[in-house]
Amino acid sequence: MTEDIRSLSAQYAADPSSLIFLRLAEALRQRAQLDAALKVARAGLSRYPHLPDAHDLYARILTDGKDFANAFDEWDTVLRLAPQHVGAHKGIGFLYYRAGEPEHALFHLRLAAELDPTDEGLRRAVERVGGGQAVWERPMPQAPPERVEEARAATVSAGDPFAGIEGARDRLLLVDEDGLRLGGGLAGRDGRNVSDEAAAVLAAVTREAGRAARLIELGEWNHLTIEGTDISACLLNPTSDTSLLAAMDAGMPAGQLAYFAERGAKSARTWLERVR
Amino acid sequence: MTGRFAPLLETLTRLRGIRGALVVDVADGLVVEESVMGGLKVTAVAAMAANIAGRSAELAGRADFGQPRFIHLQALDGSLLVAPAARDLLLVAIVGRDVPLGLIRLEMLRMAEHLV
Repeated sequence: MTEDIRSLSAQYAADPSSLIFLRLAEALRQRAQLDAALKVARAGLSRYPHLPDAHDLYARILTDGKDFANAFDEWDTVLRLAPQHVGAHKGIGFLYYRAGEPEHALFHLRLAAELDPTDEGLRRAVERVGGGQAVWERPMPQAPPERVEEARAATVSAGDPFAGIEGARDRLLLVDEDGLRLGGGLAGRDGRNVSDEAAAVLAAVTREAGRAARLIELGEWNHLTIEGTDISACLLNPTSDTSLLAAMDAGMPAGQLAYFAERGAKSARTWLERVR
Repeated sequence: MTGRFAPLLETLTRLRGIRGALVVDVADGLVVEESVMGGLKVTAVAAMAANIAGRSAELAGRADFGQPRFIHLQALDGSLLVAPAARDLLLVAIVGRDVPLGLIRLEMLRMAEHLV
């Protein structure tokens, strides 16, 4: 049950240095008001940089926004501050599971379940990841690599098709053949997130591009470039059942845009091979 | 070819690598005027150009790119180039493979401004 945001906002405004920011940011997160939640959480973190719950909350907001790299770092910070933090073990366990690393996921989820044996949902998650109730009879799996960069790379690279590419969150968009977003994101001219709006038609546009090339007898199509007045986009199919859009500010050389798109496509193919 | 767009299309088709140029009605995908080499399916080119232009405009609107001013479909054996002109017209060109497109693009953008 989400708390009343108006009431929490009033309390927060009355005393910005109180811990009420935790409840306000969580309420905003639960209502998917991620930008507002991030703002409140960051303000709280600036006042309480050593508060594990503030980092845990921030990580959950980042995860909702699919910023898995920074979420991992935040939960890693929590575990340095409080090694027995249930939320951080659950969060990192989730990231590992999502990344296709079930053994590492199981390590963190089992730790969390042992720290909070009353959480039935957590026990079920452990059994699902571990292959049933027999998981409790088996020894704890090996801990993930201690080097943070390795662990972070494992979760991030498997969770994000464009990990490490500049513009991965607002200039590259990958969708499946039904127009469902698989990764990346797109921002409009004013910075607004337009990923889902664009995803809904992207696959249809690339289908039409292929059909047009065949009917006009131009052979297999490579890419479709749309120069807009403000932003230009290059569309292509990284695989036969996915479509990618790469965007750059208008006026950039077409070759540079095509190169950017090809780079995104290569990264997407690698990612798809791993997750499928 | 004696219509009002004839001089413009003839100028465009003189550029190296162009197999045909058309003015297309964007609403119904029909040819308004054309100057093409033999072997090119004019009606299909016009219909597909209008279709691609419409889809691109829809995507550009949803993704907040601003109005499309030039569209380039590159394929193995050549390219389809589309420059939206006045509200209801498209300037379309089909070019062969391995043709430098920079000059053709500039010419098409310039011509599209006068295609009213």
